[in-house]
Amino acid sequence: MSPVTVQAPPPRPGAIKEEQPYIDPQKKRHTGKRLLGILVFWLVLWVALRGKQTLAVPNADTTSFQDWLTQLKVTFSNMAQTNWFFHGVLGTIADAFNWMVGGLQAHISSTAPGQYLGWFGVLAVAMWIAYAVAGRRSTILVGVVLLLLGLFGTWQTGMDTLIITIVSVLISMIVGVPVGIAMARSRRTSAIVTPILDVMQTMPSFAYLSPVALFFGIGPATSVVLTLIYALPPLVRITEHGLRAVSPNTIEAGRSLGVTRSQLLRQIELPMAKRTIVVGINQSMMAALSMATIAALVNGPGLGQPVVSALQILNVGQASVAGLGIVAIAIMLDRTTTAASERTEKSSSGRVGSVGYPGLSSKVIIERLPRWAHEGAGRGSVGHRLTPAGRRLLLGVLLVPVVIAAVYSTRYLQLAQFPDLSGTPLLKELSGTPLAGHINDFTDALVNAIQGLTNAFKNTITYALLNPLQSLLSNLPWWVMAVVLLATAYVLGGWRPTITTAVCEAVILAVGLWNDTMTTLTMTLVATLLVMIIAVALGVGMGRSRRVDTLIRPFLDTFQTIPAFVYLVPALALFGSSRFTAIVAALMYAVPIATKLVADGIRGVAPTTVEAMRSTGCTRWQMISKVQLPMARESLVLSTNQGLLYVLSMVVIGGMVGGGSLGYLIYQGFSQDNLFGKGLCAGIAITALGIMLDRIARHAAERYGR
Amino acid sequence: MARGSIRLLPVCAAATLALGLSACGGGNINSGGGSASGGAASKCGNFRIAVNPWTGYVADAYVVGYVAKTKLGCNVSYQNVKEQVGWQGMASGSIDTILENWGHADLVKQYITGQKSVQDAGMTGNEGIIGWYIPPWMATKYPDITDWKNLNKYANLFKTSESGSQGQLLDGDPSYVTNDQALVTNLKLNFKVVVGGSEASLIESFRNAEKNKTPLLAYFYEPQWFFSEVKLAKVNLPAYTAGCDADAKKIACDYPPYHLNKLISTKFANGGSSAVGLVKGFTWTNEDQNLVAEYIAKDNMQPEAAAKKWVDANPDKVAAWLK
Repeated sequence: MSPVTVQAPPPRPGAIKEEQPYIDPQKKRHTGKRLLGILVFWLVLWVALRGKQTLAVPNADTTSFQDWLTQLKVTFSNMAQTNWFFHGVLGTIADAFNWMVGGLQAHISSTAPGQYLGWFGVLAVAMWIAYAVAGRRSTILVGVVLLLLGLFGTWQTGMDTLIITIVSVLISMIVGVPVGIAMARSRRTSAIVTPILDVMQTMPSFAYLSPVALFFGIGPATSVVLTLIYALPPLVRITEHGLRAVSPNTIEAGRSLGVTRSQLLRQIELPMAKRTIVVGINQSMMAALSMATIAALVNGPGLGQPVVSALQILNVGQASVAGLGIVAIAIMLDRTTTAASERTEKSSSGRVGSVGYPGLSSKVIIERLPRWAHEGAGRGSVGHRLTPAGRRLLLGVLLVPVVIAAVYSTRYLQLAQFPDLSGTPLLKELSGTPLAGHINDFTDALVNAIQGLTNAFKNTITYALLNPLQSLLSNLPWWVMAVVLLATAYVLGGWRPTITTAVCEAVILAVGLWNDTMTTLTMTLVATLLVMIIAVALGVGMGRSRRVDTLIRPFLDTFQTIPAFVYLVPALALFGSSRFTAIVAALMYAVPIATKLVADGIRGVAPTTVEAMRSTGCTRWQMISKVQLPMARESLVLSTNQGLLYVLSMVVIGGMVGGGSLGYLIYQGFSQDNLFGKGLCAGIAITALGIMLDRIARHAAERYGR
Repeated sequence: MARGSIRLLPVCAAATLALGLSACGGGNINSGGGSASGGAASKCGNFRIAVNPWTGYVADAYVVGYVAKTKLGCNVSYQNVKEQVGWQGMASGSIDTILENWGHADLVKQYITGQKSVQDAGMTGNEGIIGWYIPPWMATKYPDITDWKNLNKYANLFKTSESGSQGQLLDGDPSYVTNDQALVTNLKLNFKVVVGGSEASLIESFRNAEKNKTPLLAYFYEPQWFFSEVKLAKVNLPAYTAGCDADAKKIACDYPPYHLNKLISTKFANGGSSAVGLVKGFTWTNEDQNLVAEYIAKDNMQPEAAAKKWVDANPDKVAAWLK
C-alpha cells in the first residue's frame, strides 16, 4: 500500500559519482533568513506603493495581441471549409476518427436491436477479455460495473464513454510509445518534446475547445482529439521513463552479445519496460476519462452529456448518477490494467496502480493499491497451477458461451436493450431516477443542516487569509511581485528555476494578464495550503491505521474521478458564489491525491524506527510530530507539488462558481467568440503559472526534500 | 486456490448467462413492430438541431424536434453545443439550425453577412429580457428598491466577502455580453461587480437568497424556467432608448429588449427538406417556452416527453407551424 517513488532515470554512466565514504558537510544556506529578507522587502514596498501599477484589466477589455488572436480564429474559420490543410488533412483525420467511433458505437453502445451486439453480448465479450488479460477478480469487477451502468440507466452513454476512452488510448499508444522510445534514446528529442507535453497537460482545454471543434467538426472526432491531447503526455513520459530505467548492465550485456539496435529495443528494452508502459496506459486511461464532461460541451458522446444537462437544471442527483458511472468505469479500467500489468510480470512484488499524475515532474508517482483491490488478494504467493497452454485452452472453451451470448444478444430485444428494472423490487431503488431522487434528498438535507456553519467558515477564511493575501499579491506594482517571485525561486531552488520563472513572468506580461494571474495565484496558494492541512490530517490517520485507510480510500477514489460538475451545485449552495467556492471545488479534486501520498509516506517510515521510539515512551502526538511526519518529509513535499498542480487544473471550474480571474476569462473566451483571444491568453497564463510553480517546487524538493 | 479459480469461472459464466436468458421473456426482435416513421422520411431526411446549454433552448429544440420526427418523419438528432460552436457547425455543415439566438452581432457579421453560410429564419416569438433582479422577499420588504435611484441607499445590505465595503452586484453567465461595469460606474452606484461565472451559480444564489432571506442583486434574464420557482423582481434602470448603448463605455441605460430569432444553415435551407418550413414557421410565446422548460427542470421530465406533452396539448399552434 505504500507508494513507490520511481526516481528520475540515473544520470549517464560517466556522470555517476562514486559513493563517498563520508558525507560531505553541506554549505549552510540560510534559507529562512533570506526568505525573511524577501518578505520584508515585499511588505515595505506593498505599504509604500499599494494600488499603483497593478495592471488590473476589466473582464471585457482586450489588448491588441488578444484581438489579433481572436481575428486569427475568424480567419481560420473562414478558411476551414476550403483550405487544403484544415479541410483536407484535418478533415480526413476527423473522418477517420468519426468512422472508428461510429463503427464501435453501432456495435457496442447502440441500443437498436438488429445485426449488432446487444448489452448481453457486450457484457460477455468484455468479461472474457478481462479474464484473458487480467484475471478472475477483474472479470467479476468488469461484470459488476457494466451491470451497474445498465442499472443506472446509463448503458448507452456509459459505453460511449468507454469507446471514446479506448479509441483515444489506442491512438495514444500508437503515437505515444514511439515518441517515448525516441525520447529515451535521445536527450535532445526529450528536451524538445518535454515542454510540448508540459503545455498539453497544463493548458486548460476550455481555452482551445472551440478551435478544435472548428477543425474537427462537432462530434466524436473532436472528443477524441481533446481526449488525446490530455491522455498522450502521461503515456509518453512513462514510456520514456520505463525505457531509461532499464538497467545499463542489462543493455551492456545485450550489446556484448552483438545485438543490433532494433533487436536491443524489441528483445531487451521493451520487454523489460513493459510493465511500466502498462502503468502509462493506465494513466492515459484515467486522463482520458477526466475529459468526458468537457468533451460533452462540444457534443462529445458519453456520460458527460447527462452530467452537463443535469447541471443546467441544477439536478445534483441526476448529475451524480452519471458521475458515478464515470467513477465505476475509472475503477474498472484502473484495476483491470493494473492486474494486467502484474500479469506481465510474474513476481508479485508490487501492487501498483492509480498513479496520480497531472504533474510535470520527472518523477513518476506510483501509488500502490491496498491489498483488497488487487488480483492476488487473499491468495498468498501461490503460483498459478495452470500452464500457459492450459490457460489458452480454458480461454478457448470459455469463448463458446461468449459467442452464444453474443449471437443471442443480436436476436432478442431483452438481450439487446438493457431491461428496464424500475419495476423490480430492491433493484429499482438503484436504478437511475430513484437513485437520483435519493441523492437529491440527501444533498438537500445536508445543505440545510450545515449551510450556516459553512458560510461562517467561508467568511473567516476569506477575511483572514484570502483577502489580505490577494491584496498582497495583486494590489501592488507588478514589478515588485515579479522580483519577489524571482528571488523566492532563487533562494528555494537556485538559478535554474529562476530562469524559468523569468521566462514565465515575461509570458504572463506579454499576454496582458498579470493582475488576473496574481489573483489566481493567491487562490492557488490558499487552496494548496488547505489541501495540505486536510491531507496531513487524513493521511496520518490512514498511514497509522489500516481500518481508517479502508474506510477513507473509496471516498478518495470517488472524488479523484467524479466530474467536478457534479458537486458544483452543492458547493454553491453551501458557500454561495465566491472565490472560496472555487477553492472548495479545487480541494475536492486535489485532497485525494495529496492524502494518498501523505499516507504512503507515513506508512513508509521503517517499523523498527517506530518501535524503537515507542520503547522510549514516546506519546502518540510526539510520534506523529517528531518521528513520522519529519521522516515522511519527501512524501510531504511531493504531495504538496501534486496538490498544487491538481488545484491549478481546477482553475476553470473555479471560474464557473465565482472564482473570477483567469478561470473565468477562459470560460468567457469559450462562450463569447469575440473574447476568444483573451481566453486563449488566460490559458497561456495558467500554463506559464503552472510551469513556474512546478519548477520552483521541484527544485526546492530536490534541495530540501531529503 | 488455483483450482478455485477454475471452478468459479464457469459458475460465474453460467450465472450471467442465466440472468441474461431469464430476461428473454420479451421475445424475438423480428416479431416486434416495424419502425414508427412513415413514408415521409424521404422528404425530410436528416435534421440536426443545435442544443445550446440552457433549459429554455432545450424546450425549443425538443418541441421542434418532436414535431419534425412525428409529423414530418425526419431523422432528428440533437447536437449539444455552445452558441458559437453551433454557428461554426452550421457553417461547416454539421448542424442545420439554431432555434434561439440572442443577438451575437459579431457572429452575424462573420457568418450571415460575410460567409453567407447561415441565414436568418425569422423570430421565435420569444422576448429576451436582460436586467438586474432581486429575490421577491426584498421587493416586498423594501418596496422602493426596484428603482435604481434607491440602490445606493441599500448598498450596505448587499455587502459580501467578495465585494468588500461596497455592495455586490453578482454578474453572470459568461455567455452574454454585460454592460454592468459601465452601468455601475456611469450611474455612480456604490457597487462592485463580482463574477458568478455560470447560470448554475446565479440560480443557486437566487434560490438560497430567497430561502434564507439574504439580500442579493444579480444579473439575470427571461425567459427562464427559474421564474416559475422564484418570481424574481426586476430593478428598473434608466429606460432603454434607441442608441443609448452606442458607446459601450458611456452606457447608462437598461438593456434593450432582445427579439430572439432562429437561424438556419444556407446549405440546409437550399436542400429542400420539409423541416425548413417547420423551422421558419416555428413561433411561440415566453409562457409556452417556460411551461416546457418547467416540465424539464422542475418536474424532471425527459425533454422528449416534455415536448410531447406540450405538443399534444397544443395541436392548433403546431398545425400553424406546418402550414
